[in-house]
Amino acid sequence: MHELGITQNIVAIVLEQARGASVKRVTLEIGKLSAIMPEAIRFCFDICCQDTLLEGVTLEIIETEGKGKCRHCGHEIRLSQPFGQCDRCDSFELDIIQGQELQIKEMEVEELCV
Amino acid sequence: MCVTCGCSDDQNVTLTNVATGKLKEINGHHTHTLEDGTVITHSHDHNHKHDHPHNHLSEIHAKMHGTTISLEEKILQKNDLMAAQNRGYFKGRNILALNLVSSPGSGKTTLLTRTINDLKDKIIINVIEGDQETVNDAQKIKETGCKVVQINTGTGCHLEASMVEKGYTELNPEPNSILMIENVGNLVCPALFDLGEAAKVAILSVTEGEDKPIKYPHMFRESKVMILTKIDLLPYVQFDVNKCLEYAQKVNPSLTIFQVSSVTGEGLSSWYDWLENQ
Repeated sequence: MHELGITQNIVAIVLEQARGASVKRVTLEIGKLSAIMPEAIRFCFDICCQDTLLEGVTLEIIETEGKGKCRHCGHEIRLSQPFGQCDRCDSFELDIIQGQELQIKEMEVEELCV
Repeated sequence: MCVTCGCSDDQNVTLTNVATGKLKEINGHHTHTLEDGTVITHSHDHNHKHDHPHNHLSEIHAKMHGTTISLEEKILQKNDLMAAQNRGYFKGRNILALNLVSSPGSGKTTLLTRTINDLKDKIIINVIEGDQETVNDAQKIKETGCKVVQINTGTGCHLEASMVEKGYTELNPEPNSILMIENVGNLVCPALFDLGEAAKVAILSVTEGEDKPIKYPHMFRESKVMILTKIDLLPYVQFDVNKCLEYAQKVNPSLTIFQVSSVTGEGLSSWYDWLENQ
């Protein structure tokens, strides 16, 4: 259950960046090949936010599709797991070019000044 | 994990030096100095709120004009930074650090003790043992005469770069040596956490399923080496070696694979050659 530790990380980073401001929404980018379950993050997020300034914050998760590029012919293919076979030249040597993201993309804070 | 210093705050992580029997709590009080000079001391045994005063008002105002703040911050950044620091430490001392990963019971500790005993006269090997509980593995390693520390992660299911940093600080490994980091037996989470190692070495035994590489592709993709252990048991188990190798190469075509038996010694020489040539 590594998602719990990772969610604690997310909450700590957002709190530090918010510097006391009131946060309304947090947007995460989690790749489908990142070995992280968005559902588990959601489950842990509410628990981790309790008794912090983030209690009640909306969590938005953008899931990016997996994409690989063949090292031999340069062809790009969609991946649903962190490996695959090029459908043009049959090579297994692929570089994963998308889908391993694990980052806090942005957060929305309440405007405090005019 | 505390984002300010990268240490874990949710677990009771302990470090045991089996030579001295000394046990240390890795989590304790920490002091951080912020950019503006504010010094904060806090402990990690509770949900600290970081509700200390900040003098950043002007900055907040500047940022508040837009309601959305773009962060683009990697969630595991602190661990990655600590891992980079570890990598520098190893490089500076010409230490080959290997992160040994596998499921529980694959024969990691047995392979390690055999390797240490066989290479004793040629290379100095030091060990960081990671387990949730007990110092049993460290005791076994200690019997070979090499330096070892045990990290108990408590509820944690993997080692993190900051724990390894505490481990080698305690060990003080010699230059031009090998540091074996035996991770917690788990094929999932350790794939995500860079420890600063030169390579992850995945260990798989023939008493497990031959499809493990495609069942746990993250780990086998992240590893540079795979060691298939307990091959002396092949006559007694249903394990299709060719299938296993095929799966492994599918997931990671550049994987270096060794097939060994720590009991009979079969295949160990090519693993030793690899170690010596790194």
